[in-house]
Amino acid sequence: MIENFIPPFNFNDIFIEPWTYGFESYIWIFLMGFFVNAACGLVGNFIILRRMALVGDAISHSLLPGIALAFILSSSRSTTVIVIGAISAGLLTTIFIEYIYKTSRVKADAAIGIVFSTFFAIGVILITMYADHVDLDADCVLYGEIGFIPFDERASFAGINLGPIPVVRMAGVTIVVLLLINLFYKELLVTSFDVGLANSLGINTNLFHYGLMAVLSVVIVSAFESVGAILVIAMLIFPGATASLISHRLPITLGLSLFLSILYSLIGVHLAIWLNCSIAGAMVVVAGLIFTGVWLFNPTNGLIKKMGLTRKLTK
Amino acid sequence: MIDDYREAAPLEIHDLTVAYQKKPVLYGIDLEVPKGSLVGIVGPNGAGKSTLIKTIMGLVPIGSGWIKIFGKSFKKAITRVGYVPQRESVDWDFPVNVLDVVLMGRYGRLGLLKKPSKDDKDIAMACLEKVKMSPYANRQIANLSGGQQQRVFLARALAQESDLYFMDEPFAGVDAATETAIIEILQELKNRGKTLLVVHHDLPTAKQYFDRLLLLNMRLVAFGPTEEIFTMENLQKTYGGRLTILSDVAVERNLGVKVD
Repeated sequence: MIENFIPPFNFNDIFIEPWTYGFESYIWIFLMGFFVNAACGLVGNFIILRRMALVGDAISHSLLPGIALAFILSSSRSTTVIVIGAISAGLLTTIFIEYIYKTSRVKADAAIGIVFSTFFAIGVILITMYADHVDLDADCVLYGEIGFIPFDERASFAGINLGPIPVVRMAGVTIVVLLLINLFYKELLVTSFDVGLANSLGINTNLFHYGLMAVLSVVIVSAFESVGAILVIAMLIFPGATASLISHRLPITLGLSLFLSILYSLIGVHLAIWLNCSIAGAMVVVAGLIFTGVWLFNPTNGLIKKMGLTRKLTK
Repeated sequence: MIDDYREAAPLEIHDLTVAYQKKPVLYGIDLEVPKGSLVGIVGPNGAGKSTLIKTIMGLVPIGSGWIKIFGKSFKKAITRVGYVPQRESVDWDFPVNVLDVVLMGRYGRLGLLKKPSKDDKDIAMACLEKVKMSPYANRQIANLSGGQQQRVFLARALAQESDLYFMDEPFAGVDAATETAIIEILQELKNRGKTLLVVHHDLPTAKQYFDRLLLLNMRLVAFGPTEEIFTMENLQKTYGGRLTILSDVAVERNLGVKVD
């Protein structure tokens, strides 16, 4: 009965072949997964600390009309146009969300829902209205397929083949994110921890807030056309949230996020091969399982440890 | 004393009005705080005490009037101003340790792109030593008591090495030992010529702790040396009917105010 649902487990097929015969394909899928998880996870750490976890979700939907409008107005698919469209849509989303909840009785979570669903709907209307001119559909944005990465056009530099364009682009974005976090670590830290103090120190808190939102928009847009919104939304939360259960120091949680990104991508790829399922879906499930494991079994503050302690105390 | 004449007052406020969505919170505040004073800002709930500090710090927009710090706008005098927000205003589960928080006090002097140096860390440690928290330098801030959290905030303010400090209820919810430690440090700062404005809730201790009082209830009721200001008439004006709940005898005993 169960064989109908779960394919047989064959060690050779699942673990050896992808890295021998299938190496040329799977290395790019793994790397793309890692870079997406890493870039999203690094930015996600700060998004979570600012209690804005759902804003990432909102922006990933709101980007649709930004990109669609950028296409329609410029009738080009160049990266610059996409990035400008995405950043504008991302920033507008956050500005609207804040403006609504600051000037009305609507709370932040409801404001997020209002703004992103409106933006997303406008995007869908634009795409269906101008479908003939726009080589883009809502499905591809939401459910982009990481498995197609090896077939993408290759990027080359000085005659050297660097790999599929989306992977190279995502690697670049990840490096830029790492660089920015390193350069502006103290500003990001203090504006996330204590806005009042940051202001009194002469740090432009708005600049860092919207700067972070702009970076978030760039990360999302460079990732989701190739891997889908589900992986992006998940990876904005999972690495940071899981790492925060393990360590209470921000530099360590940032490092752990990178390590977790490797695990999600690597285990996810193998799980997807075994179950013959969506790779992005498998990576998210792996992230969910790792989170559950840490949450339950973490030796310092895991749920099971805590339950043991309470039992000891009540005895 | 020569300094007092040469330099503009640490804080000067002229005809300040602040409103939250058209509802006025502060009206026509006029104020000049002399250098080296330890000022207690006292008034009932909703009197605009925190709002006054936040407005000076540029966190709340000014309705009308102006504020000058050492004769300049807040933005230009920013490195001379230290701020201790209310303890509850931050998330104490944040993934930083005690030393990280105190180091934040140094950020204003570092400027963009520079990282805290060994010197900054030494200064931060010395500030922790002053509030008797140096053994906790590597402790995660979630594992601190309320009093310890307040000491860490105070150490951070010390690390800012400012000339003018604003503190929002530093005595709220702290133990007696911390309260004594805080007031000792405030006194020491004052003796070194720093100017401090402290939002305070507790009337009996206000008289004892501060050499000047600022009685606030949307309007500035009175400002000046504590002995002159701390009168029944002024307190009645500040607290309205709320103070009359106490019997005259209790007021006399608790506040040390002569009731006519």
